[in-house]
Amino acid sequence: MQKKIGKQTVKLQNPPTITSTYAIVGPKEGQGPLAEFFDQILEDDYFGEESWEKAESKLIKEAVKGAIKSSGLDIGKIDYMFAGDLLNQIISSSFAARALQIPFIGLYGACSTMAVSLSMGAMVIDGGFAENTVCVTSSHFSSAERQYRFPLEQGVQRPPYAQWTVTGSGAAVLTKYGEGPYITHITTGKIVDFGIKDANNMGAAMAPAAVDTISAHFNETGRNPGYYDLIVTGDLATIGREITIDLLKKEGYYIEAIYNDCGCMIFDNIKQDTHAGGSGCGCSAVVLNGYLYNQMKKGDIKKLLFVATGALLSPISSWQGESIPSIAHAIAIESTI
Amino acid sequence: MKNVMNSKEYEKFIQSKMPKPKTLKNCIMAFIVGGLFSDLGQLITDVFKKNEFNADQTAAGTAIILVFLGALLTGVGIYDRLGKFAGAGSIVPITGFANSIVSPAMEFKREGFVFGVGARMFTVAGPVLIYGISTSIIIGIIHYLFF
Repeated sequence: MQKKIGKQTVKLQNPPTITSTYAIVGPKEGQGPLAEFFDQILEDDYFGEESWEKAESKLIKEAVKGAIKSSGLDIGKIDYMFAGDLLNQIISSSFAARALQIPFIGLYGACSTMAVSLSMGAMVIDGGFAENTVCVTSSHFSSAERQYRFPLEQGVQRPPYAQWTVTGSGAAVLTKYGEGPYITHITTGKIVDFGIKDANNMGAAMAPAAVDTISAHFNETGRNPGYYDLIVTGDLATIGREITIDLLKKEGYYIEAIYNDCGCMIFDNIKQDTHAGGSGCGCSAVVLNGYLYNQMKKGDIKKLLFVATGALLSPISSWQGESIPSIAHAIAIESTI
Repeated sequence: MKNVMNSKEYEKFIQSKMPKPKTLKNCIMAFIVGGLFSDLGQLITDVFKKNEFNADQTAAGTAIILVFLGALLTGVGIYDRLGKFAGAGSIVPITGFANSIVSPAMEFKREGFVFGVGARMFTVAGPVLIYGISTSIIIGIIHYLFF
């Protein structure tokens, strides 16, 4: 049977199960509307470490350990760890992998990394190269700010469309045998760039990528928006979400009734002063592995299309006046096959 | 996707969806906070003058005290909160200049005193210094040659 069913989409022959997940978040996320769905909420975003980078790496380590523990598997049974983050040379991931000693494949997909790691973890299992994999990503508000923007204590005003990087990490253990929820289809995104250059305006930069991937997913699977209980994008936040709805209408897909964005779900933007909403790899990772996984286990969501979005810029590319290449990957997660 | 747009078309498409900056509110806040800093500077200047310091001493003393205040407020974590609503009102005065040097110095302490504090301290203020000093030199030369 041909697994590849379109230019961008694969249908997994033996869909792996998401056996367990773990979501760990910072104090601010712990005050947000999804607080009750997180496995661990930090009181202090240093997490007992002396730097934010070390704290972020510890987030990954703890998320992986937590997810493996609740899967009931021994850590030695995990064949691969797929991980990535926002920091230069993905140090949060590799330093966590140094401690965990699981065969490690580092990924970079900016804020789309949760979907990249799930894609890889699922395909490797379906391909017969592994039985159990762990997929993880993280971000940390303070380590991201200092790399991409300004020192924290500098008194600058953020534009109203800016987003707030989520402090948190989400991990998922995928296994070959299990009773679901299953990863059934993967639509890998292409880079889309509509020319946005303002690094604060990431929702608008990434929305066309989400639209491109979602419409490719529908075209290649023959499904339509009605098939899913929920379509959720990664971190487009309020402005990107609105643009996505309108652009998809032009493509002939009406998703508004069943569509949300993790960046709009994680914070109460008005009370928490997070402007347009959440962003960062951790945003979609903790919403998926915390809230959404919980809803699937309960049976409130049976068919989910998870579309994590990434802005593949760097501070250097911004200084050189480049626009923001963006990407989105879609993962179909279903309770039954 | 069928409807690909170029950057101009897309810019136009998203325009109505972008939140408008609250220009009037921002201007008023900047006016008040910037004005208060200036008042404080004036007060310090007057106190110096009253105590019979000369003009040079008064100017230097006022700048020193304001820079110290900016640094102190940055160190105790107040200046960034002030900047959030004051905008240019807290960036433009000399206290903002102190903030722009002290905040990276604090931030990069963990990378050590050479590669951290030393190398990064002027990441924000550096360009201001470079072009500020360059402009003064050019103006100085013009003044020397023509006046």
